[in-house]
Amino acid sequence: MPDRTLVQAVRDALREEMERDERVCVLGEDVGRKGGVFGATEGLQARFGARRVMDTPLAESSIVAVAQGLALEGYRPVAEIQFADYSFPAFNQIVNEVAKVRYRSNGDFSCPLVIRAPQGGGVRGAFYHSQSVEAYYCHVPGLKVVAPSTPADAKGLLKAAIRDPDPVIFLEPKKLYRAGREDVQDGEPALRPLGQARIVREGADLTVITYGYFRAVALDAAARLQADGIEIEVVDLRTLRPWDVALCMESVARTGRLAVLYEANRTGGFGAEVAAELAERCFANLDAPVTRIASPDVPSMPFNARLEQAFLLDADRVTAELARLARF
Amino acid sequence: MTTTAEVEALGLTREQVLTAYTTICRARALDDRRFLLNRTGAVAFIISPRGHEVAQVAAISALDPGRDRFCLYYRDFAAALACGFTSEELMLSAFARPQDPSSGGRQTPGNFGSRRRGVIVGSSTVGPQIPKAAGIGLALRWQGAGGVCYVSFGEGATSQGDFHEGLNFAAIHRCPVVFFCENNHWAISVPQELQVAGPGVAARAAAYGIPGVAVAGDDFFAVYRAVSVAVQRARAGEGPTLIEARVLRLQSHSTDDDQRGYREAAELAAEAARDPIPRMRATLTELGWLSAQEDARIQASLMLEVDAATAQAEAASDPDPQTLFAHVYADA
Repeated sequence: MPDRTLVQAVRDALREEMERDERVCVLGEDVGRKGGVFGATEGLQARFGARRVMDTPLAESSIVAVAQGLALEGYRPVAEIQFADYSFPAFNQIVNEVAKVRYRSNGDFSCPLVIRAPQGGGVRGAFYHSQSVEAYYCHVPGLKVVAPSTPADAKGLLKAAIRDPDPVIFLEPKKLYRAGREDVQDGEPALRPLGQARIVREGADLTVITYGYFRAVALDAAARLQADGIEIEVVDLRTLRPWDVALCMESVARTGRLAVLYEANRTGGFGAEVAAELAERCFANLDAPVTRIASPDVPSMPFNARLEQAFLLDADRVTAELARLARF
Repeated sequence: MTTTAEVEALGLTREQVLTAYTTICRARALDDRRFLLNRTGAVAFIISPRGHEVAQVAAISALDPGRDRFCLYYRDFAAALACGFTSEELMLSAFARPQDPSSGGRQTPGNFGSRRRGVIVGSSTVGPQIPKAAGIGLALRWQGAGGVCYVSFGEGATSQGDFHEGLNFAAIHRCPVVFFCENNHWAISVPQELQVAGPGVAARAAAYGIPGVAVAGDDFFAVYRAVSVAVQRARAGEGPTLIEARVLRLQSHSTDDDQRGYREAAELAAEAARDPIPRMRATLTELGWLSAQEDARIQASLMLEVDAATAQAEAASDPDPQTLFAHVYADA
């Protein structure tokens, strides 16, 4: 099996799906000759041509609208929004058009497309290259939202998203694009179904539910706490809508303690929904308050490195929070 | 005055023109009935095409339902009829019944959609269909079967960024799209001078390097000619055209609006006197294609049709509340 970074895995998924299905096409800003600002589409235009890998004008609303038009005509477009922060000019197209077309038309129309966008901070990107946008889209019935955290998941889930009959927002953790490598399978065995969380570390004392970049932070904190005799279970949600409530309930029932760890602003974040749902469903099993560990309620990450660090939770702070909760 | 030779030069037969005229009158008769039904409380909300009917049906007559795609907007009631929706279907939509083909009673009765007719389901925000039509046009170009995407909108929509994004994209990629603006000079209560900078909508086409055509929307043959030229261009791979049909809004924006509150009574009366339907009737009479007797027969038959459609829609049951949960996703 080839050794791949996360961004290479994304590219492999696109290439394999384009080879498998000629309806699959890629469009967005700089995705063609340049191969994307992060290199996710590198080499695809040379391989598949300028029609199937199309550089669009710098206008996100029309990137999504054109993708929708293609999907309505039977194509399987994958639109790249260069940074998740730039999805907001397309918000009306995504929320009012793409997400609702099946429901509004009483099932007569559908809109199978994928919108890929790198998100999250810690790369000195400041306000407009650092935001975590999942809560906006997880709120919308009709959309599916995926947030992979490893190369193998990124590949397998992107392949599944492209084949899905409904629109998928695919949020890639840009800080992890080149942060590590793992063996990633080729072809069909690489597929990972949407909607399934995964226990990535087992532990009896406390469940941490997380996704995206924070999976790595949670694992780091869990390793440190093991030295203190605290066994942390880490659940990676992988798909946020629909999310794997059953697996999460099962974990919380065993540990009796739950922290939800997410990079977005604390208030109204998607993790708040996870916390609320599990507090409601697991009340009888809980030994401590369900706790959110999230970013502060300031607009986004400032450019200055020390301010960025002050915003972004690290393993030190997450470890301290988890230790406090474990001893509650 | 229009002559039969001129009309025939457009490729139109008497039969086609009378079919279009009947569709126009059908739209008016149905709309009048819907308005009454709204005032009695039976129908919650409608948007009237009154004043736009001739332009809408003339435009659709220049296209090929079944082959082409139609991204209509909420005032396109007569256009929907021209695309093949029946009186009964549109009454079912007014009553929000489950048999409404556009949405099963889920959307307000102006968001037309029917996959088998190539009518792409509409929504109620202003302008999102414009760049969507560019994408559909791109797909039609790739398919290479000569299909065209028609997209319509009011002049208010030309203030939206989506108008620019859609025209820009379609012009860059020479998408086979006909952009059809029904300029009635009022976006609810805001007049054109507070909405559209510059000489008008058609003039904006120059910025995209595509033809921009302004046409009198009450002249059936002028609209048909302008759209036909645009469709030919599109089918030949020459790209999109922007058409501005100047029309009158002879009814308030919607049944929840009353334009007498912000427009002068004298202006409304003067516009009512310029209703395009009597004008078309006079033209057909002058051509010798429509007698008073035949017109009376058409109107009488439409009244029966409207009565039957209303009775059928009124008698239909409401959707089962359990259907609220259907069609959120493919599997749920």
